[in-house]
Amino acid sequence: MKFQIEDITVYFPYDNIYPEQYSYMLDLKRALDAKGHCLLEMPTGTGKTIALLSLITSYVLSKPNSPLKLLYCTRTVHEMEKTLAELKLLHEYQLQHLGPAARLMALGLSSRKNLCVNQRVLAGENRDSVDAGCRKLTASWVRAIAAENESVARCEFFEDYERAGSAAVLPPGVYTLQDLRAFGKEKGWCPYFLARHMVQFANVVVYSYQYLLDPKVAGIISKEMQKESVVVFDEAHNIDNVCIEALSVSVRRQTVEGARRNLNRMRQEIDKFKATDAGRLRAEYNRLVEGLALRGDLPATDAWLANPALPDDILKEAVPGNIRRAEHFIHVLRRLVQYFEGRLDTEEVVNEGLVGFVSSVLNHAGIDQKTLKFCYDRLHSLMMTLEITDTDEFLHIQTICDFATLVGTYARGFSIIIEPYDERMPHIPDPVLQLCCNDASLAIKPVFERFQSVVITSGTLSPIDLYPRLLNFNPVISRSFKMSLTRDCICPMVLTRGSDQLPISTKFDMRSDLGVVRNYGRLLLEMASVVPDGIVCFFVSYSYMDGIVNSWNENGILKDIMQHKLVFIETQDVVETTLALDNYRKACDCGRGAIFFSVAR
Amino acid sequence: MSSGQVIKRAKYKTTVKDPGTPGVIKLTEEKFIFRPNDPTSHNKLEVDFRLIKSHKHTKEGSNKPPWLNLTHSQGSYIFELESFSDLHVCRDLVGVALSKHGEAAKVISDEQLSPAEMTLRIKLLQEDSKLQKLHKELVASGKLTESEFWATKKKLLDRDESRKLKQRIGYKNSLIFDTKPTSDGRINQVKFQLTPEIKYQIFALKPAVHQAFLKFVPSKMTEVDFWNKYFKAEYLHSTKNAVAAAAEAAEDEDLAVFLKDDEILEVEARKKVRRVDPTLDMEADEGDDYTHLPDHGLFRDGIKEASGAPNTLYQRTLLQDLNRQGAVVLEGKTLDMEMEPPRTVAEALARRKQGESDGAVEEERRNRISKMTQIEDLQAQNDHHFAPLCIKDPREYFDSQQANAVKTLNDSQGGSEKIRCSLSSEEAYGDLRASIANIKAIGLRDPLFSHEVAVKVLNGLTKNISSTKYHIGKNSQESVLDILPNTTKEKLLDHWVSSQELLRHFWSSYPITTQNLASKTKRLKDAMSQVYSKLEEIKVSAQSDLRHQISLVVHPMQQALDAAVLHYEADIKKRNAKGPKPNGYI
Repeated sequence: MKFQIEDITVYFPYDNIYPEQYSYMLDLKRALDAKGHCLLEMPTGTGKTIALLSLITSYVLSKPNSPLKLLYCTRTVHEMEKTLAELKLLHEYQLQHLGPAARLMALGLSSRKNLCVNQRVLAGENRDSVDAGCRKLTASWVRAIAAENESVARCEFFEDYERAGSAAVLPPGVYTLQDLRAFGKEKGWCPYFLARHMVQFANVVVYSYQYLLDPKVAGIISKEMQKESVVVFDEAHNIDNVCIEALSVSVRRQTVEGARRNLNRMRQEIDKFKATDAGRLRAEYNRLVEGLALRGDLPATDAWLANPALPDDILKEAVPGNIRRAEHFIHVLRRLVQYFEGRLDTEEVVNEGLVGFVSSVLNHAGIDQKTLKFCYDRLHSLMMTLEITDTDEFLHIQTICDFATLVGTYARGFSIIIEPYDERMPHIPDPVLQLCCNDASLAIKPVFERFQSVVITSGTLSPIDLYPRLLNFNPVISRSFKMSLTRDCICPMVLTRGSDQLPISTKFDMRSDLGVVRNYGRLLLEMASVVPDGIVCFFVSYSYMDGIVNSWNENGILKDIMQHKLVFIETQDVVETTLALDNYRKACDCGRGAIFFSVAR
Repeated sequence: MSSGQVIKRAKYKTTVKDPGTPGVIKLTEEKFIFRPNDPTSHNKLEVDFRLIKSHKHTKEGSNKPPWLNLTHSQGSYIFELESFSDLHVCRDLVGVALSKHGEAAKVISDEQLSPAEMTLRIKLLQEDSKLQKLHKELVASGKLTESEFWATKKKLLDRDESRKLKQRIGYKNSLIFDTKPTSDGRINQVKFQLTPEIKYQIFALKPAVHQAFLKFVPSKMTEVDFWNKYFKAEYLHSTKNAVAAAAEAAEDEDLAVFLKDDEILEVEARKKVRRVDPTLDMEADEGDDYTHLPDHGLFRDGIKEASGAPNTLYQRTLLQDLNRQGAVVLEGKTLDMEMEPPRTVAEALARRKQGESDGAVEEERRNRISKMTQIEDLQAQNDHHFAPLCIKDPREYFDSQQANAVKTLNDSQGGSEKIRCSLSSEEAYGDLRASIANIKAIGLRDPLFSHEVAVKVLNGLTKNISSTKYHIGKNSQESVLDILPNTTKEKLLDHWVSSQELLRHFWSSYPITTQNLASKTKRLKDAMSQVYSKLEEIKVSAQSDLRHQISLVVHPMQQALDAAVLHYEADIKKRNAKGPKPNGYI
């Protein structure tokens, strides 16, 4: 349908609209007009995403002179795909009604792991190994060698993409990750770098929160987004957690050991270069004297995760003299690692402020705050110079440098916590040194400052007044919408007694009672025998689920349940859970019926 | 018995539990006749051996009395004879008679039925009482032969065929991991009952075991050894003592195969995860999660998993087993085969695995996603090309049959005017010119139709309808049929069904190209005229106030039958006429 909201003609791909969707659009439109931030809460299942997308695209369409870019942030990749699928629907509708004028470019952006089409690289198990696998084939120095030496492997997709040069563009349209991969395969171009390149021209970019909030990623991906952008954080109810996590680092024994190994390896590399190509190290030294000239002019393939601190907090000054030389820097890092190891060796929980910690580092390891601050960039520069491509091997030293840079940059909003063991296993020493960010507003501050409008929306933001204080911003509009129901869609029921009239509950002192376990089992069995298709059953924790499922198995309830339905279970292994979920959906679709056991978190 | 006839005393039982009717059974090679001692009893039987499919009898020495069981298509006749020697005599004769008729039957029916097909037909008849009734009426009375009857029911048979193909028995959804051993309690030994079914399922669930089986059996160990080893491994696993399991595995490398987490499974999972619906691919999230680099992000209790511990290899959890179980059951068995011997089972499974491909999966998934993203509530009703089925008011349906009424009206009135079909193009052209010239000369009549004609048409159309409405009144649940007495209604419906069936057969046998068809049409014509006269009877016997209604209902049926008979007669006349016969006519 097509309708007016004030001066905007909104194209909405459905024939009807919920009243709350309309008022949601109205408020959103006013926030865009005011060029301010807003907080909007609307219940799940009322079509938030499509309302948001259709208003913003229609807003842009009706004001062709002031092109707005939409940066749509989702929490997960599957939400990203869903959003793009909805956008595709909307886009088709708009094309139908407006013709070519409605054309837009929208794409999802994700890591190499989700976009790569090179089978050899994809064989890597996790993101880091895929990233490293890609760098091994595409880093500028690798390609330089490969140009001379045929036997050095290159990535044919990236080479073809490079060769196509400026002709390598996506035609307008909406591209999910899957579409990008398909397009890349068809053309023989690397979808990852193509997408990275196209982000500048896209009208809508859908990516993960972290591409804006985590300075390590945002520094590379999002630094060139223009101010005239609308940033949307969907499902933003735990955005504060994401902000906090983005700036938190912890160090464990394994980290320290790994970092030591990394340092040894780097030391060897330095010695090798000294013997063969001393000029390179000297060139690096000279560059560092000029200041951190690293940023900006690196080829995209060489870019690594950026500095963990926020861009505005980095001083535009030269790297301190004591770490300009590679071997000096290595030495400083060794001392730092040594210091961390010493701190890990503790018997009790320690909570310390940042200022105290920094001065303690200075006293015990002789490293001052400014040096700490530059650790990350210095490491990055050194790894470039040493032409290290297997970056996945160097995560430990990278963690140490992240830690150091954050400690060196901030004076407030963080605390250092050292725990000697895991609470559940007090007899096994497993010390952790954590740098905890306590202030969610730190990470999101640059987003609010840089972009014209930031929309924070979710199904559950209440109490909605909390968010402006947590994230330290002033929304021009902050509203909650109620769901309009034409009929009862859901019937919540609270059960306090089992079929034998004994009370049932998952409270701690009751949950392991055999009677309670059995009653829950019988309840589920009865449900399974009468409910068609799917049932989702939530447990309070993984360990409780594990326990109860095992005891159901022992007393035969599980067997009875399985006679009615297939059983799929969420585990802590993501791959397994994904497959279980997929199978669950299949079983429901095909009529076999299934129960999904899940943990409510 | 060469005499070809046996007479014995016997009791006839309709069921096994039935005490039986005492009487005399007379068996010949053609048929058997049972006459009860009590002449008033209804259990007189005279059955052709043609209708008997097989015979069974109780064994001498068993604790059952000497029973002879003759099965026919819808049940069986059970006779209790006085002694086993009598039974043997009867049995021999029945055997001879059946074999003779079996051959004869083969000759009569041009198609030989496989037992499977036979059971399918029987099943269809049993499931559908109406069909059974029809079958009884048409086939048993000889109006149609068995094969003719089923020829028009091909769809039913086929559908069943395809259903059978699609729906195969899947795996049982029970944890075969818990194959419970039996123990005699005296010695320290347990026994496992392994059916081929279980073995097959174990192979499907655990590719590693499957591979090991292909590799080791029978070159390295016997099958029994293999399974012994397997269950030993299972036992170790069930003790939940990972350390002990690891120790055992270190000693016996064959055992280790079973204890290790399946690497194959892992590879498979990784392959599968790539094909998973992207809207629920949680694994992809890890790819974007830069906060959870090792040691980044907030550190919480519970994140710490026991990674890197060497013994995790030997800790397969129940939860994983359950997921695997569900996945395998969902995937289903894709091959139907004999389960013995296990070696072939294993090989067949291996072949199947190779054949899997993911051609159209991608495409289908994409369609699904776009379908799922749509919000159905907000979409307007689709304009379908067909009217939605509305069964609120059956009367409306009948009223809408006006169109048909119009047709009959036209038939009855327009029938008098003979329509010339053989019009040459010149003639048609001339006619058209003439009429155009006519219109040009005098113009169109005004009004186009005379009032009288219009009124006549209107009356003709509405007369019946309005009277029906008047009779039925306001109750929307009633139709014309409902106001008839139940027996009449039943009868009418029966005749309707059988006449439809007969008509279908009748019309489908034209043009008559073989002698067979000619005789069939003759038979059908006779049957139809029977039905016709029965309908007439119903009409006449009805009460006067209902007669009109009944005649309304009966009329179209009779018309249809009339048309068929007319056609038949015309055809016969044409055929008997002298002159060159058209191609294919006999």
